[in-house]
Amino acid sequence: MAAHLSYGRVNLNILREAARKELREFLDKCAGSKAIVWDEYLTGPFGLIAQYSLLKEHEVEKMFTLKSGRLPSADVKNIIFFVRPRLELMDIIAENVFSEDKMHSPRDFHILFVPRRSMLCEQRLKEQGVLASFINIDEYILDLIPYDGDLLSMEYESAFRECYLENDQTSLYHTAKGLMTLQALYGTIPQIYGKGECARHVANMMLRMKREFAGSQNQILPVFDTLLLLDRNVDLLTPLATQLTYEGLIDEIYGITNGYVKLPPEKFAQKKQGEASKDLPTEPKKLQLNSAEELYAEIRDKNFNAVGAALSKKAKIISAAFEERHNAKTVGEIKQFVSQLPHMQAARSSLANHTSIAELIKDITSTVCFWGHLGVCASLVSASEAFFDNLTVEQEFMTGVDTDKVNTYIEDCVAQKDPLIKILRLVSMQSVCNNGLKQKVLDYYKREILQTYGYEHILTLNNLEKAGLLKLQSSSRNNYPTIRKTLKLWMEDANEQNPNDISYVYSGYAPLSVRLTQVLARPGWRSIEEVLKMLPGPHFEERQQLPAGLHKKRQQGENRTTLVFFLGGVSYAEIAALRFLSQMEDSGMEYIIATTKLLNGTTWIKSLMDRPESQSS
Amino acid sequence: MMKNKADEEDYWNSSKFKAFTFDDEDDEFSRLKESKRAVNSIRPLVDEDDDEEEVEKVSWSGEPVGSISWSVNETAASNQRTDREPAFPKINTDTTSISKSHSGYSLSALFKGETHRSLSDSSVRLYAPELRKPKSEYKVTTRLTAVSLEKFRSLQDKLLLLDYAVSAHDGNVITAVLIYLKRTLSKEVLFRELTDRQTALRHFIHYLTESKDQRLLLELLRALGRTEDMALLQYKEHLGIADENKRRDFLKSCLSLPFSPEDSVHVEDHYTLLERQIIIEVIPRKQEIFQKFPRKASILNMPLITTLYYCCFYHYTESEGTYSSPLNIRQTFKLSEKQFFVTALAARAKLKAWPDVDALFTSRNWLGFTRKKSPLSFQRVVDVLHKNSAPTQVLQDYVALVDDAELRITLAQKHKCHDIVINTYRDLKDRQQLLGYRAKMARGSAEERKINELLNNSQIRWKN
Repeated sequence: MAAHLSYGRVNLNILREAARKELREFLDKCAGSKAIVWDEYLTGPFGLIAQYSLLKEHEVEKMFTLKSGRLPSADVKNIIFFVRPRLELMDIIAENVFSEDKMHSPRDFHILFVPRRSMLCEQRLKEQGVLASFINIDEYILDLIPYDGDLLSMEYESAFRECYLENDQTSLYHTAKGLMTLQALYGTIPQIYGKGECARHVANMMLRMKREFAGSQNQILPVFDTLLLLDRNVDLLTPLATQLTYEGLIDEIYGITNGYVKLPPEKFAQKKQGEASKDLPTEPKKLQLNSAEELYAEIRDKNFNAVGAALSKKAKIISAAFEERHNAKTVGEIKQFVSQLPHMQAARSSLANHTSIAELIKDITSTVCFWGHLGVCASLVSASEAFFDNLTVEQEFMTGVDTDKVNTYIEDCVAQKDPLIKILRLVSMQSVCNNGLKQKVLDYYKREILQTYGYEHILTLNNLEKAGLLKLQSSSRNNYPTIRKTLKLWMEDANEQNPNDISYVYSGYAPLSVRLTQVLARPGWRSIEEVLKMLPGPHFEERQQLPAGLHKKRQQGENRTTLVFFLGGVSYAEIAALRFLSQMEDSGMEYIIATTKLLNGTTWIKSLMDRPESQSS
Repeated sequence: MMKNKADEEDYWNSSKFKAFTFDDEDDEFSRLKESKRAVNSIRPLVDEDDDEEEVEKVSWSGEPVGSISWSVNETAASNQRTDREPAFPKINTDTTSISKSHSGYSLSALFKGETHRSLSDSSVRLYAPELRKPKSEYKVTTRLTAVSLEKFRSLQDKLLLLDYAVSAHDGNVITAVLIYLKRTLSKEVLFRELTDRQTALRHFIHYLTESKDQRLLLELLRALGRTEDMALLQYKEHLGIADENKRRDFLKSCLSLPFSPEDSVHVEDHYTLLERQIIIEVIPRKQEIFQKFPRKASILNMPLITTLYYCCFYHYTESEGTYSSPLNIRQTFKLSEKQFFVTALAARAKLKAWPDVDALFTSRNWLGFTRKKSPLSFQRVVDVLHKNSAPTQVLQDYVALVDDAELRITLAQKHKCHDIVINTYRDLKDRQQLLGYRAKMARGSAEERKINELLNNSQIRWKN
């Protein structure tokens, strides 16, 4: 089931197993038959840790979704609430418990907070007068969830908002805790680098926690050589740009949550032979996406323009494999063929799915309007042309063209009442690429946005300003061009088919965050001191002492392993760029990626909005 | 790989961009088709064993059968004591791939200080291990409840406790201490001490926000001199007021709040707009237009531009003196010519009021000739009209006004304004294109005749 977690350089299955063990221990604490009441948000992340079968083995007989009112009847001894520490959920739980008392057979109540207990919540339960009804109140520390062989996420949605808007560092504490867990399982990480305020905080907390556990030395041979902590606000630009890798585009267009994507069903309708055309399914098609699927692992990080070729190559291989049956003459050969059938069949259905997804994306991204006269495109509005225009403007901003003026494309989008998030993404991007906007320009955008989308968005605009996404240009000069040139953030000749540089993930733009990572590995940050000073927050280096005997004796040519932790979120395209660096023959470095949240520009901006639900009106 | 400096500079100055395109459009498309064909061709072979057990079972919605979210629905659906045992795939729980040396760990045990604590012993479980500093007397060994905190009586002790909590960075512990301090200290003292403790202060603000203690939060922000934050916070409350009159009154009360100068203009506009909408909403809707195009929603709480659109739609001809007149709205909110123009154009086009549309463009120059003028490019005008399904006769008037010949041809072809295409090719003296275009016209059509006439016209000096 989770074998793909152990394929990578670091066996992340160890982490998953530790989490499963913890879960089993808690379940056994509540002796007897049980029902679990789920905070629906948690079922996704939990699904990455355990299946229903594990719960069943520990006498979980029923599962419900947390809803106000009375709990459904179930003949069980224990009712366990699996919830996030949220006040509004406490009120629902209290309601559940109250209505229960009026019924006949008493059941035992327990709460499992994920990932941490919260004083606030317990206080709320106390206020509601139900705290005493709980036999067990416990926490299930699920800080870092293994998503793939090289990817960990805390799925802490509000981390960026809390850190950079509300100045609340709770998520950083969880991050440090998660990293301590990781070190307990994979050995002390000898070198820590970081850039940004939050990175500094996390490193400080880690070092202090280590001092406090000085008594028990970690005797595990270190798996990671280096930890790199990066603040999201060091690179505000990258997530704003539209990701152009296959996986990145799936996320941009359809949204990937907890490793699943929901797609429009039309292209997945199976027409079986001999059957009359069945009714088309109306429910969205849900697919799981991870490296356990061979084909997906192969194409996920490619630029979308290279996906078609990869799919057709695969199609030829599979067709050839099926043709083999004609050559199978002897019983042995036939047996051999049949034994491979299940694998081939899985490959075929995988190919079918991704061909369909690629078609869906292609409908949106590709365009036939290449008169080189962009003005023409603006007048023929369709999804693909909108995508094309949007991309053109993004590229203008990233290359520094006219970032100090009101952009007519943005103006037109406002006039057409395109989704507000799209507008906010573009305006933020312009602001970041210009190191702030002139008063006149900023005021103009704000006025247009408020008049067209509603004055209540004053609140959202203020949030974006606090987070640094929108800002007023200070008297100091625009330093973005210097950063761009020094770090080579724009590569004119990005090769999408056979990439030789990370810039292929955005068809020209090399993500700043990943460039920093790349430079750190070689030639080192000392070569870019000037640029580092222009980016917000301190940069630093720390070393953690290893017990004697745990120092790695490196083999000739053996790769080093770096854990890159993105505080405040990371995009799929950035992950793709890091994977690309891992695979480069001469890089000598393998990367494991961890983050507070997997995000894209849309989900990110949404997390900073007040009342995001009104964005479409 | 990297460009040299000169090249780079050159590039920044050029405006040609490589767009995200398929290198070879046809080839790429055929490739997808190719893999699709391949998929289809091998389907029959494996059709009958579609439900082979080696393949993970997936319900239509895509949840692997046996996954948690699938099971939540599944078990909740079966109401009675289940007599049907869903066949979940067996999962090997004692994974052998785990190395022995790790098997003793459980996640939380790692941080409980002691590794072999009995599990049932939850009452002594450490809630905040960070506070167990060896040198510290501020041990918090049980749950941080109010009871255990009562020991800290003097102000100095309390503040020391707070500082320890802060140095541990555990928001939970900090909040617990803050709740205690809030209960036992006077507001003045608490606010004063928090001013010097930024981290604790942020947690306190977060706590007040979460627990919706708006009153105390506003007081705190005022005491801190964070007046703009306070103003915004108070303004935010209007979102929770459903009754429009109460909301308007509340917004009015916000006008005196210390917003930043820009925001205060916006808030005032917000108030004025709602006030105006309340007036417009109660205007009797007796005119024919309301019967012909019934309203889909109330105008209350809609954005300004939507309100303008509404007025251009239903109250277009009213004189500037009335509150619902578009001109009045334009005046009150100082809308730009362009904003007004786009909105009016869309609204009148939607109603197919073509004379109104025409009138929007008409201006007289000083010689008294009328000519069409637009604050918007004519290409965008055509776009707006087309979206509101304007007929070709209307469209062609505006397509003809597009200056750029190539662009004009493209638009004209798209909207089937044949005359414009033909005339433009004639003006460009492009015989080849004209020949090509003739092939696309119906036999014996007026267009074909017109092209033939042009081609036979010996006066024209064709360039090709």
